[in-house]
Amino acid sequence: MLETVGLTKEFRGFAAVTDVDLRVRAGTIHALIGPNGAGKTTCFNLLTKFLQPTRGRIRFKGRDITGCNPAEVARLGLVRSFQISAVFANLSALENVRLALQRARGGSFDFWRSEDVLHVYDGQARALLEDVGLGGFADTPAVNLSYGRKRALEIATTLALDPQMMLLDEPTAGMTHEDVDRVVALIRRVRQGRTILMVEHNLSVVEGLCDTITVLTRGRVLAEGDYATVSANPEVVAAYLGRADA
Amino acid sequence: MLGFTRAQAIGFVAMVAVIIIGPAVLYPVFLMKVLCFALFACAFNLLIGYVGLLSFGHAAYFGMGCYVTAWTAKNLGLSAELAILLGGLTGAGLGAVFGWLAIRRSGIYFAMITLALAQMVYFVCIQAPFTGGEDGIQQVPRPPLFGAISLQSDMAMYWLVAGVFLLGFLLIHRIVHSPFGQVLKAIRENEPRATSLGYRTDDYKWVAFVLSCFLSGIAGGTKALVFGIATLTDVHWTMHGEVVLMALVGGLGTVFGPVAGALILNGMENYLAQFGSWVTVTQGVIFVLCVVAFRRGVIGELAAALRLKL
Repeated sequence: MLETVGLTKEFRGFAAVTDVDLRVRAGTIHALIGPNGAGKTTCFNLLTKFLQPTRGRIRFKGRDITGCNPAEVARLGLVRSFQISAVFANLSALENVRLALQRARGGSFDFWRSEDVLHVYDGQARALLEDVGLGGFADTPAVNLSYGRKRALEIATTLALDPQMMLLDEPTAGMTHEDVDRVVALIRRVRQGRTILMVEHNLSVVEGLCDTITVLTRGRVLAEGDYATVSANPEVVAAYLGRADA
Repeated sequence: MLGFTRAQAIGFVAMVAVIIIGPAVLYPVFLMKVLCFALFACAFNLLIGYVGLLSFGHAAYFGMGCYVTAWTAKNLGLSAELAILLGGLTGAGLGAVFGWLAIRRSGIYFAMITLALAQMVYFVCIQAPFTGGEDGIQQVPRPPLFGAISLQSDMAMYWLVAGVFLLGFLLIHRIVHSPFGQVLKAIRENEPRATSLGYRTDDYKWVAFVLSCFLSGIAGGTKALVFGIATLTDVHWTMHGEVVLMALVGGLGTVFGPVAGALILNGMENYLAQFGSWVTVTQGVIFVLCVVAFRRGVIGELAAALRLKL
């Protein structure tokens, strides 16, 4: 589904990501883990073209997307979420989701038309909000939602694009236990027919959810495989799970 | 009504009432000036308040609107509505080119590029023969509306200005509350997220910029016909400063703020004129007070106090 060859990003001589060959198979949930500063988020930014790689190619559905811009990538069906919750703060939850649904109209340059035409998406938007447990918050400005609910709203917005592949940047970061369980259940539910690549620190989430795990340290791929393989790898244990021995 | 909230609808009706009753109480030419600046300030507010773009060069579009309307009315004898429309199109054309250049940068860099380009326009206007240089274009006649309705009396002209203002105001309202406006607000709130949803944000910003420049040109053209003159003052950056002040005093990102700001600032200029340069000093103090204490502006503070959207 998504494949990178020799992906490298250097910032003024500092190599954030070096020679990463990543293969995400269609229909799987693939986790990207590694200690802080390992280059996970940089990887995400490269894959979604928010950063331009120094070297290497990116292929999505067999198509080379190395030269695309971020909006084009999103339109191809590769949609990302952000580490810091990225919602449209002063818009209501419903409007947040509707902005994604509105993409179905193509460009929205019709400034002469009333926004009433957007009400056709309201039902769909409410259903999506219901799905992520935000049914009662449709008219709440996103800024007033709790942290966990903001993340849920973000996932709802991403889902609204019906992407073939989702890139989730730490979907459960900073969440309470119940919120984590809710998001994990949500991801399980929406994985049907989708490919997911996620950065995640919570290893129990990774263990229960992900088919393949790639461990990144200092910008390089250290190990890859399923949870059992990776967690048995002594190098990984040393680099990342070291504390587990103590 | 027209997608206004209830409070906004009441505000709108009140505003229309003031516009209708106004000339019976106040000097119509003063009110026309207020309305021209109100439209200009609303156009500026469209960018800063709803897209989050701070332009520093709107004097160029306003001023060129002034010149083109004045020139075509005087030398080609165009009718009023065509002259004003051409002024607006000039603003839009200029904005299309300048916006295309400036939109690639954001924040302070965007502001500096728009200012630099606007200063270029200013110096072109000093040199170019058609602007009349330091003299400006003077004694511009008020051509009849649609070639038939005379605008010689101030009251006739007043109704035209009021009509232009209301149309412009409603157009901005529609833009803000359109599918396009939704995307603009998304860009204001979180541009990377809007991009990740597949919106080419630069294109949306550009269209908003051109629309704002069009309305600025319309405001300029209307003003040129009101006063029968187009001068360098209209393209100078201080003109832009005034409109920033109006939007700020009234309240950025509010529907009625720029209109209130235009009324307050022009009122001060007009009725405190006897104190000479003290007007500028007072304006400065108000500006500082707004930035320090009333960030939301007059209407913004009022809306916050009443917990309404105005």
